[in-house]
Amino acid sequence: MKQLIKLRVNGIDEELYAEPWWTLSYVLREELDFIGTKQGCEGGHCGACTVLIDGKAVMSCIYLAMKARGKDIMTIEGLEGENGALHPLQEAFIEHFAVQCGYCTPGMIMTAKAMLGENPNPTEEEVRAGLSGNLCRCTGYTKIVEAILSSAEKKGN
Amino acid sequence: MRFDYLAPPTIKEAISLLSKYDGKAKVIAGGTDLMNLIRTKMIKPEYVVDIGHVPGLDYVKYDDKGALSIGALTTIRTLEMSAQVKERHPVICQAAAQLGSMAIRNVGTIGGNLCHASPAADTAPSLIALGARLKIVGPAGERAVALENFFTGPGQTALQRGEMVVEIQAPSMPPHTRGVYLKHSIRGAADLAIVGVAVIATSNGGCCRNVRIVLGAVAPTPMRARNAEEALEGKEIDDALIEKAAQAAADESRPITDVRGSADYRKEMVKVFTRWAIRGVIPKEEAVNETTHIIQRGEK
Ligand SMILES: Cc1cc2nc3c(=O)[nH]c(=O)nc-3n(C[C@H](O)[C@H](O)[C@H](O)COP(=O)(O)OP(=O)(O)OC[C@H]3O[C@@H](n4cnc5c(N)ncnc54)[C@H](O)[C@@H]3O)c2cc1C
Ligand code: FES
Ligand code: FES
Repeated sequence: MKQLIKLRVNGIDEELYAEPWWTLSYVLREELDFIGTKQGCEGGHCGACTVLIDGKAVMSCIYLAMKARGKDIMTIEGLEGENGALHPLQEAFIEHFAVQCGYCTPGMIMTAKAMLGENPNPTEEEVRAGLSGNLCRCTGYTKIVEAILSSAEKKGN
Repeated sequence: MRFDYLAPPTIKEAISLLSKYDGKAKVIAGGTDLMNLIRTKMIKPEYVVDIGHVPGLDYVKYDDKGALSIGALTTIRTLEMSAQVKERHPVICQAAAQLGSMAIRNVGTIGGNLCHASPAADTAPSLIALGARLKIVGPAGERAVALENFFTGPGQTALQRGEMVVEIQAPSMPPHTRGVYLKHSIRGAADLAIVGVAVIATSNGGCCRNVRIVLGAVAPTPMRARNAEEALEGKEIDDALIEKAAQAAADESRPITDVRGSADYRKEMVKVFTRWAIRGVIPKEEAVNETTHIIQRGEK
């Protein structure tokens, strides 16, 4: 039976009736239209569905929506730079050609955001370790790593 | 997937639901394992009992004797990052850091990793080597089980009807005791182990004592390599002895062939990784710690 759940997505309180077995990625995409969050493997392996819950990176495809009640969720749609511009991470991904087909990009950027939130000045090795749960079939990762490192550097300036 | 979702607010209520719906209900902690089991139709529970709303199961505590207690709902990420654990039981942090990606560690719990009972569970070998015990609560009250005796087969544990794990306990590490956990996998931490090896030993340069060698992913459950332990116990360690112990570990391992590696390959890797792990716990071989550092980062 559907139950009323309340959660906060990108700063806005949302209420909906959800089946107990719905995953967070399903609710975000199908019920709330945040289709920036992608689904790839649906098993926690590829990272395409990464969102932030209370600031922490989470694979939303294996996270039960019921568990997200009352939590603060951020998807790629919630990222913003100053005055409505793109977020510095998004800028860096464009600048460094870190996007090809783009399917992994929202997950990559959300993971990067969580990573830089904890460690604003990571080494290349730390960035690569931080991205180990996110697969990209196109770029070969180098450009993604460069984009994240450059975004981290710029913030430091 | 279809199930009813129950969120008991206390341990007592969780246990009564688990007893009432015995065989039909499954506990969910982080859900990183359970959601996959349900999604792939390996199991079809009618009820999912979320213990995430039970307060007071998420903690890392030391008593004045240096013994460690970890609440079952403590995430792998919390263990990895705990400054206290890093100082007093660094091998636990080392193992936690190698479990899954950051997003998995943020959600996956220590209780879930152990109760899922994968032969490859990354926190199991070092905790068994430390002599960890589990505090289990059920309809008949509370009991303690040595982690070594907790696993009864792949996905099988000593948990009885209505029972759940509430705490993981590990004694303090005596002076001059060191531990190493090495994981061999394809995608680094983000992938399950082909072989996992934990070695713990006490030695201040002379003889080696209290040697524990525990292997993951090479038997139906995590297993102690007793012959390998015996090869080193009470002896002053040299290269020949390390080889003997590594070979013994490979011989007593009982791996299967699966997508991650053949049984023969796994046995070879048990030898290699046991050798490296033993070197990592011997104080005079500082240089070898560098090797372990490299191994962990997959730069073989
Ligand atoms: C992409 C991916 C990568 C992974 N990589 C690794 C890895 O490298 N190494 C590794 O070891 N694991 C790995 N895992 C497995 C998993 O993330 C861990 O085992 C995690 O610690 C499980 O914790 P959880 O809280 O999510 O468990 P859940 O899924 O909530 O529960 C797991 C099982 O334990 C039972 N359970 C949970 N808590 C209790 C309790 N307190 N008492 C009784 N029963 C309980 C549940 O009923 C269920 O059967 C990976 C998983 C994914 C999806
Ligand atoms: S879709 Fe969630 S990790 Fe692949
Ligand atoms: S850009 Fe295509 S998967 Fe990464």
